[in-house]
Amino acid sequence: MPLSWAILATFLLAAAGYIVGRSRAFASAGPDARQLHSRPTYHGASVALTALLPPLAVLAAGSMLRLAGVLTVGAMPVIGILALVAAIAGLGIGVTRIGQGYQARNAVERMVLGLLMLCSLIAIVTTLGIILSLVFETGRFFQLYDWKTFFFGTEWTPRFQGNSQLGIVPLLWGTLYVSAIALLVAVPIGLFAAVYMSEYASRRVRGVVKPAIEVLAGIPTIVYGLFALITVGPLLRDYFAQPLGLGNSGTSVLTAGLVMGIMLIPFVSSLSDDIINAVPQSLRDGALGLGSTPSETVRQVVLPAALPGIVGAVLLAASRAIGETMIVVLGAGAAAQMSLNPLEAMTTITVKIVSQLTGDSDFNSPETLVAFALGLTLFVITLALNVVALIIVRKYREQYE
Amino acid sequence: MTDNPDRKPASLLRQDARTRARNAAERRFRWYGIGAIAISMIALVVLLATILTDGAGAFRQTYLNIPVTLDAAVLDPKGNRDPAEMAKVLTLTYGKVLDKAVGDAVAREAIQVEGLTEKDIKGLVSREASAQVRNRVLAEPELVGQTVAFDVLTGGRIDGYFKGRVTMESAERDSNTSPRQLQLAQALADRGMIVTRFNWNFLRLADASDQRPEAAGVGAAIVGSFYMMLVVLVLAVPIGIAASIYLEEFAPKNRCTDIIEVNISNLAAVPSIVFGILGLAAFINFAGLPQSAPIVGGLVLTLMTLPRIIIPTRAALKAVPPSIRDAALGVGASKMQSVFHHVLPLATPGILTGMILGLAQALGETAPLLLIGMVAFIRDIPSGLPSGLFDPASALPVQVYNWTQRSDPAFIERASGAIIVLLVFLLCMNVLAIWLRRKFERRW
Repeated sequence: MPLSWAILATFLLAAAGYIVGRSRAFASAGPDARQLHSRPTYHGASVALTALLPPLAVLAAGSMLRLAGVLTVGAMPVIGILALVAAIAGLGIGVTRIGQGYQARNAVERMVLGLLMLCSLIAIVTTLGIILSLVFETGRFFQLYDWKTFFFGTEWTPRFQGNSQLGIVPLLWGTLYVSAIALLVAVPIGLFAAVYMSEYASRRVRGVVKPAIEVLAGIPTIVYGLFALITVGPLLRDYFAQPLGLGNSGTSVLTAGLVMGIMLIPFVSSLSDDIINAVPQSLRDGALGLGSTPSETVRQVVLPAALPGIVGAVLLAASRAIGETMIVVLGAGAAAQMSLNPLEAMTTITVKIVSQLTGDSDFNSPETLVAFALGLTLFVITLALNVVALIIVRKYREQYE
Repeated sequence: MTDNPDRKPASLLRQDARTRARNAAERRFRWYGIGAIAISMIALVVLLATILTDGAGAFRQTYLNIPVTLDAAVLDPKGNRDPAEMAKVLTLTYGKVLDKAVGDAVAREAIQVEGLTEKDIKGLVSREASAQVRNRVLAEPELVGQTVAFDVLTGGRIDGYFKGRVTMESAERDSNTSPRQLQLAQALADRGMIVTRFNWNFLRLADASDQRPEAAGVGAAIVGSFYMMLVVLVLAVPIGIAASIYLEEFAPKNRCTDIIEVNISNLAAVPSIVFGILGLAAFINFAGLPQSAPIVGGLVLTLMTLPRIIIPTRAALKAVPPSIRDAALGVGASKMQSVFHHVLPLATPGILTGMILGLAQALGETAPLLLIGMVAFIRDIPSGLPSGLFDPASALPVQVYNWTQRSDPAFIERASGAIIVLLVFLLCMNVLAIWLRRKFERRW
């Protein structure tokens, strides 16, 4: 592999450049090293960086062009040689610059600052990558499939022979139903837990309970999914659905919703805890001083003051619930239908993304490409919820600062 | 003050109706809080307890100990004990040898079970067992011609019987086993020929096909997860720390920095499955990297973990008091020197904690890996580094998902076992993070 050889050679050259730069700096300083503007290690590092950065840039550009299809595989050795040339040139320039007056430290610091800046741009590149890949493939999907049928169609029956009905409405219904149940479980429990811990619990109780609730947050979602599949699902089926005659499916909206609710408890409680703690103590003292009981203080003073923040927390939890995948894949089922019965299996957007994109998929058929349109919808919904929630939380924080 | 005529005179010792109601409301409210905490604790305990009890079985495995006569005429027809030539003898032939050995053993022990068929006897051992015997014979060709005692895997139903998953009643309805077979297995166990041991192979072996849950292990998944964590460690950690240093220490407060910051907090909240779509579109379809390779999984997890490393790292940098920076600048250090020589070392414990927790999250992540083809059936453990990064691999959480999709209930036991392995890894990482925080945390 010529490219990996080029990379290896570049790093060797850089290492050699460090040693050469340092010794040249010592040599140019004469008997007194204080004559130098920068310490000798900076001289070494400046040579190493000037030898390292240009070839890496060449290699990165070459790989990008290769991926974009401008270059063929045959051109890669040329890129490798170009990179080596760049490395040697960089080394030469770096070495010749060394002297008593050369401000090596400033040069190194400028280069390091550039690298740091580059790293922080990766977040932007990731977002751009997500948006581009989603939008591009969604565009291809809408060339093959009518967008009105996608957004307003109430039937989801993908067929590999073609002529599929790909309406998002039943998936959206399932997603919202599961999320609503999850929030109905998580918000009261999480909120009461947070209120109790910040207003009532002793230090010792808090020291035990808070980490224990946080353990729930550290458990991977696949574990919750398996729990829904092998424990909660059969339990609900055998003790509720079948005796009540409401269906006999092991997977159901209620199963996924309950388990997801458990998953969201620590999320809601830790966010609300922060928010409740941010309410100034003077408000509590005022209420208590007027003779209200602690619970009246919480209900009539603390919670109203914290309300915007709590709404933000709930919105963040909702965005989590909508984007959650493994619990619904294992717990909610795969049948796309719109029904009010929570003990029936329904499906969600994320389940269908997984089922359309796993296995052998043909990236020219609408049945596969629809997953990107679903992904874009999911991305837009969660992004909107997050942005609104962040704005609310930020505004609220400023209120008491 | 005039007294309200409707209210009876109250005192501190005797509560009036309204005070009673208020106090009752107070007590109720308190109980709601305790109830909420109790529900979450019960959920946690039930969740862990079911997984532990379901998964414990995966760590024990029953073996049938029988003497197998390795007939030289069948296994080495040319007679020169050359492993290359012996490899031409198929696993199927070994299966016949093994079936005969099991039949002989049952006949020798003179076990009487009414209506016992040949199929019942053959079904005692796993379909994987003949491959087991073959591998050992090919590794030690001199065994051919002798009668050697083998510990062979028993079939999944037999294994399940000794773990209580399969009962006489369920065997009645099961076409893969029968009560007669279970009676035979019980008789063999009474004679000490079927033994249950700790199942090291569960941690060593790769996945096995639908028909042989008893041979399935998480070895390949552990290796795959390890490779991915390595990629995340090498990429996400330095990039995340560099980005945090820039944003926290150097970035000018302007629109551009603001956009980056909002971007990072939004990325942290993007559903993980969207990163899977990105990985599929960017790394597999566009860049042409191989499907189900740890390098792709690692890259996807890197992008996903980056914001989750940046946020705690920035908090750790922010927690270092400005006086440290001012002191460094005051004695003539440059801005860069003050950060790298003073602020960064002081923030290291916090950064390490955030990094470990970010890695732990990445280790448990499933959804994005499903989309980049990691659900494929992986029969081989990936090779060593670096080429192993491009081999098809599985990951622990994906292996769990994979096993839940199989029809044989024995795989549920394996899936729970794999979760135990995953949780043990997560526990170690979290304990390490907590220990680091306790040991090195400094309050200014």
